[in-house]
Amino acid sequence: MNRDQVLEVLSEAIVSVIGCDPAAVTPEAHLADDLEADSLALVEVIMAVEDKLDITVPEEELKDVRTVGDALDVLQGKLPASP
Amino acid sequence: MSGASEPVTATRRRVVVTGVGLRSPAGNDVDTMWSTLLEGRAMAAPIEAWSTAEHPVKYACEVRDFDPVERFGHKEARRIDRAGQLGVAAAGDAVISAFGEGGPIGAGIDPARCGVVGGTGIGGLATLEEQIGVYLERGPTRVSPLLVPMMMANATAGLIGIEWRLNGPNLCVATACAAGSNSIGEAARLVREGAADVMVAGGTEASITPVATAAFWRMGALTSNPDPLVASRPFDAARDGFVMGEGAAFLVLVAREAALARGATIWGEILGYGRTCDAYHITAPPDGGAGAAACMLAALDDAGLEPAAVGHVNAHGTSTPLNDAAEAAAVTKVFGARGVPVTSAKGVTGHLVGAAGAVEAVASLLALRHGQVPPTANYEAAEEGVEIDVVAGAPRPLAAAPVVSNSFGFGGHNATLVLGAA
Repeated sequence: MNRDQVLEVLSEAIVSVIGCDPAAVTPEAHLADDLEADSLALVEVIMAVEDKLDITVPEEELKDVRTVGDALDVLQGKLPASP
Repeated sequence: MSGASEPVTATRRRVVVTGVGLRSPAGNDVDTMWSTLLEGRAMAAPIEAWSTAEHPVKYACEVRDFDPVERFGHKEARRIDRAGQLGVAAAGDAVISAFGEGGPIGAGIDPARCGVVGGTGIGGLATLEEQIGVYLERGPTRVSPLLVPMMMANATAGLIGIEWRLNGPNLCVATACAAGSNSIGEAARLVREGAADVMVAGGTEASITPVATAAFWRMGALTSNPDPLVASRPFDAARDGFVMGEGAAFLVLVAREAALARGATIWGEILGYGRTCDAYHITAPPDGGAGAAACMLAALDDAGLEPAAVGHVNAHGTSTPLNDAAEAAAVTKVFGARGVPVTSAKGVTGHLVGAAGAVEAVASLLALRHGQVPPTANYEAAEEGVEIDVVAGAPRPLAAAPVVSNSFGFGGHNATLVLGAA
């Protein structure tokens, strides 16, 4: 799974939790400032992605996540390396 | 002057209602609810929120035409349980009707002098039930991080405070079916005693859930009448239990002098408030309704009124055999045989649990405003020997005399409000 495909899954989860414009979900977007996603929303988003990708993300790995790109990095680290 | 430094004084301020809002099975605004009550139209209907195929209870009084996404937006709507959604929406209407879109702060009132008392019987029960299912099926890592703020009973009071930025007293009263009246009464005391200048007070409930409905059914509290339209029949000899209801109502309570100075529309006055406890049994009232009678007398004493001054009683009148027998006995004890007209809204609305007293306080204010007592839906005749004057069949004209509004809750909680005309 490449980064764009993970972004697609993450974006879908963010839109379903936050209800924001999908176009606003870019890797540079700041979760709290740009998307108004607080820590509770991030936990919900990651739960949805975990279900979709069948991975597990420990809570402590989310504490430094500020942007969509940060979340992408954490998620990609949990997936088998792309061929 | 900040709220913290304002002393609670012995001075008794008169407390009036300057705003009302509701979401009810009989309508989502006061005019709709009033016309439904006047018609005496039972609102029980097949449950739409979930499938009743495998459930013994098939109908209830649900709130219709309420779109939480429209009111709160997508993100907030999914973070607030239905109990909170109904309560915050009702409170918002009350605040806007009292102060306009800017609320108390927009009207220049110190937010530290504004507060909330939000009652509920249970809180965010639908969310709790759903998440217990998630836990059992998928384990602890799948439980929603939003469960606690969605299920907690005080969520509605907190959310109302957040929406309108009210920094004063903020409380939740959870006295089961008495919570709505207790909330209004306790809030009125805060204004009366000078602890706050504006209180948003009322109740909310959204407990028509599969498990809670089964639980009320298992304890024998619900009617087993197959016809929803005649099932809720307060004080009628053929009553056999209540119909589950849901909804919310909130009032804005302010000191009368301040309301007059601002030229606010006044819906009525909270003249008195009584609260007692049966201290008898966790669900049943004592024969003769001693606690209920003491509560009505306490409220009348607080209002400085004799029973003869009362125009009508807006009864708790749930349509259960035990409540209505005890309440009828209590009313007879306080007012004499057929001594006062009695009405119950629950033939129309079903039983709104922690919101019931608040919705009925609004109904009482509307009765005073319009000079009519709404009929008790489905009432035909009481048992032999029960001497109460139930308003039924058609509305009854009323002089603008004070209303006694009763609420009684499991636990033995009794709450009575005395409401007067504007």
